[in-house]
Amino acid sequence: MALRIAVVGGVAVALFAVLFLRLWDLQVVSGAESLAEAQNNRTREYRVVAPRGEILDRDGNVLVANRTSLALQLNTQKLPADPAEERAELTRLGSLAHMSLKKVRKTIREQEEVAAGAPITLRRDVGYDLVYYLQENQRRFPGVQVQTVFVRSYPDGSRAAHVLGSVGEVSEEELREPAYKSLVPGDEVGKGGVEYTYDRYLRGKPGLTRIQVNALGQPTPGGQLVSEQPVPGDNLKLSLDPEVQAAGESALAAQGLRGAFITMNVHNGEILGLGSFPTYDPSVFTRPLTQAQVNSLYLDEVAAPLTDRATSGLYPTGSTFKLITAMAALEGGVITPQKTIFDSGSITVGGQKFSNAGGAAFGSVDLVNALRVSSDVYFYELGLKMWNTGQLQRWASKLGIGRPTGIDLPEQAEGLVPSKQWRDQLYREGETERPWSAGDNIQLATGQGDLQTNPLQMAIAYATVANGGTVVTPHVGMEIQDPAGRVLKEFAPKPRRHVHINRVYRDAILAGLHEAAQSPGGTSFGVFGNFPVAVAGKTGTAERTGHGDQSWYVVLAPYPNPRIVTAVTTEEGGFGAESAAPAALQILEAYFHKHPTGAAGPNGGSPG
Amino acid sequence: MMYATRARHGRSEPFAVHVGIGERLGLAHLDWPLAIAAVALVAFSVFTLGQATLHDVPGSPHYYVDRQALYGLLGLLGMFVLSRIDYSRFRELRVGIYTFLCASVALVFVFGFAARGSRRSFELPFFSFQPSELGKLLLVLALAGFVIDGARRGSARQRTVRYLCLGLAPAALVFLQPDLGTSMVFAVATLAVMYFGGVRWTHFAVIGAALVASIALVLVVAPAIGTPILKGYQEQRLTSFLHPSEDARDAGYQQHQAQIAIGSGEKTGRGNQATQTRLDFVPERHTDFIFAVIGERYGFMGAAFVLSLYALLFWRALRIVTLSKNSYGTLVAGGIAVSLLFQVFVNVGMNLGIMPITGIPLPLMSYGGSSVLATFLAVGVLQSINIQARLSQRGRFAW
Repeated sequence: MALRIAVVGGVAVALFAVLFLRLWDLQVVSGAESLAEAQNNRTREYRVVAPRGEILDRDGNVLVANRTSLALQLNTQKLPADPAEERAELTRLGSLAHMSLKKVRKTIREQEEVAAGAPITLRRDVGYDLVYYLQENQRRFPGVQVQTVFVRSYPDGSRAAHVLGSVGEVSEEELREPAYKSLVPGDEVGKGGVEYTYDRYLRGKPGLTRIQVNALGQPTPGGQLVSEQPVPGDNLKLSLDPEVQAAGESALAAQGLRGAFITMNVHNGEILGLGSFPTYDPSVFTRPLTQAQVNSLYLDEVAAPLTDRATSGLYPTGSTFKLITAMAALEGGVITPQKTIFDSGSITVGGQKFSNAGGAAFGSVDLVNALRVSSDVYFYELGLKMWNTGQLQRWASKLGIGRPTGIDLPEQAEGLVPSKQWRDQLYREGETERPWSAGDNIQLATGQGDLQTNPLQMAIAYATVANGGTVVTPHVGMEIQDPAGRVLKEFAPKPRRHVHINRVYRDAILAGLHEAAQSPGGTSFGVFGNFPVAVAGKTGTAERTGHGDQSWYVVLAPYPNPRIVTAVTTEEGGFGAESAAPAALQILEAYFHKHPTGAAGPNGGSPG
Repeated sequence: MMYATRARHGRSEPFAVHVGIGERLGLAHLDWPLAIAAVALVAFSVFTLGQATLHDVPGSPHYYVDRQALYGLLGLLGMFVLSRIDYSRFRELRVGIYTFLCASVALVFVFGFAARGSRRSFELPFFSFQPSELGKLLLVLALAGFVIDGARRGSARQRTVRYLCLGLAPAALVFLQPDLGTSMVFAVATLAVMYFGGVRWTHFAVIGAALVASIALVLVVAPAIGTPILKGYQEQRLTSFLHPSEDARDAGYQQHQAQIAIGSGEKTGRGNQATQTRLDFVPERHTDFIFAVIGERYGFMGAAFVLSLYALLFWRALRIVTLSKNSYGTLVAGGIAVSLLFQVFVNVGMNLGIMPITGIPLPLMSYGGSSVLATFLAVGVLQSINIQARLSQRGRFAW
């Protein structure tokens, strides 16, 4: 018996030893890990999205605001593991969101590709009835949540759409960039326009709520542990002038031609109006696109409504280029303002005949007259004289043609100023059948041929001549304001560079442009002849292979000391005076209605 | 035999003259460390419940505390009463006790109160009485009587089979309630009584082999041939401790959470900062998983203190086995001691993640009237054995 009792005693010692050792192991050896796991167990973190800043025009009108919306979201990690149960829940959820099971799965798949692990937004703008139903039946819908989200709203519809851009969920590639390092999948960032450029100001700082929950994930009383308030994004004030913008957009829309306009302050580069037609309503991006929307936005390559033709279009400019040719010739000593050239109606170079448009012959013309009537032969001669000096190309580049402008919009096309090096290089590579010839430079002198540029670059070139040589940095962003309206930052980007321009030459060119617009016989006299403010404007009609003529008009106003430049172009718009000039007129009317000048009259010019 | 000798000496002592008040109340020969360990455990239980279950019953923060304290007091009273009774009378009442035991565990099938798919208890006006809890003690009392009584009847093998059948019949009834944990305690108590009753080692070897074979049958063979014996949840609970960190929705979840709870208590505990056992991550915190509450709230100090109290309890119980004046007392004390040890080890082991989930309460700690009362009564029987031994030895030893 003593043995038996001893055995039991020994077993008991062993068992207690096991318990004590295990207890020691759990609590003392690896207790810290368990404590961390317990802490992690009991808290849930919720990010509280911060509203993005608003975007205003220069008068303080709201162009982009926020509205709150309820989004039905699904956390896929909390779905039932059992495939049948998961299927059942997704089906139930689909019927609530009016989506088929197939659609639900497709939505999940698509969003997981973009941001794996982030909650899937099944539907935005759900009603409160659905919210209450889900709250009452929370256990049947594990992983389902309804979250208040901020959605961009556009009070004026498509107004300034190309400037504004849109927002969307941050992509995986973006998340790797330093600028987005504080973001998590599912956060929204600017995807174009100023929403992209000024994203760091507009984007707020999300708040954080950490609450204590029980095993069922329900908040426990007094369990709010940390709460960081979200910081709303700052507001962005643009330099856009609402009247100018509206006038430009409605002028293009009324003509129904694909085209673009830009109106810019010639002294500081502030853009007062910038638009492209056809346009779109950015609010389409706040909810899933329908196939019809995808077709019209992305697949229609001719209309290409998402393309901003003002900054990304690439066209030859026609006679609006003559300002640059004149500048190059004057500064290069090829001509003086007074020098006359006999315009017989055409010149023949290397067996190729170059004629004036419409077969006109203007006789002996000086610079001002050549600009007034848009004598091509005068400028053909200049092109010929400079054909292998590179002077024309140098001046085009100095004035900003074919090079980045520094604008605060993400998309822009550099364009091309054809040159001897460029064509000879292509020829050596077998890309073209002939090397650079005088004919190429003659074409360039009148804005035809291989030249590719856009209204933005033309506006900069005209502004540079008008302001006496300052190449401004075009920009739409003007101020950052906090939500209360206090100015936090003003944008006044430094000029890109300065170009030396002889005042006499500048005056002569502007005089020519003024006469072209507002003296009888001028190319756009029919449009601007009766305009009460003195202006200096040039028409352009560019031939595009496979397309109708590209219509252009670039105008400086008021003459002789311009404040603004407006450039308009329309695809297949015919002569410059037919479609582009009338659109420019509408813009100037709107501008000068709002900012009247002291003097008026077609030939008067403003004082000072 | 050693017992016969000792009994003869004991009975020959005719002291009944100078009996003090302590002696008359039976306090003088009480095993005080045993009583203190039991009272300390139930007091610690009440203390723990008081802190951990404040919000469990809406509107009555002291629901569990008040009741557990009452059960503790009633149990203490029962212990004193039983300690005054000569346990040897239970040997004479063995048939009645055994009949009552079988009838009470059988009657729950008829009048029982069903909770969570199992009928284990009667619904009484003040609390629900679970006969199988008291049955643990009754089985030991009756079976020890049968073993002593039948010591000379039949061959050794026949006796072993007879004891097994007597013990396993009520165990089977409890298993069918179904209450796997308590039926295991019945089986262990049966084996313990047989062990102290002198059943041969070879027989235990055969029983052990049969046990291994039947476990294999139940867990492996029966499900494989399509006639499972255990219910799905039972099997899952029994095996999930082998792979605890699987899906949170499995049975292993509870155990994993209990381990996190205990671990997070570290050396000194988290007190009211405890979250695992306060926020429902650990289920059944007032009953089966109360050790996890202690571990989290009071840390290694608290949990080791509780374990030490059990070690003390078991040591005193085993000591009483050696002191008993007769072999009936030895068998009863041995059965009680081993079944307490078994319950403590299985429950604490379950909390620590080294034993399966079997639904065995932690004696004197887990909330529950039947368990607390039955354990105190068992301690009372131990005290009775101790007192009788002291009375019979008085004058011979100066303890």
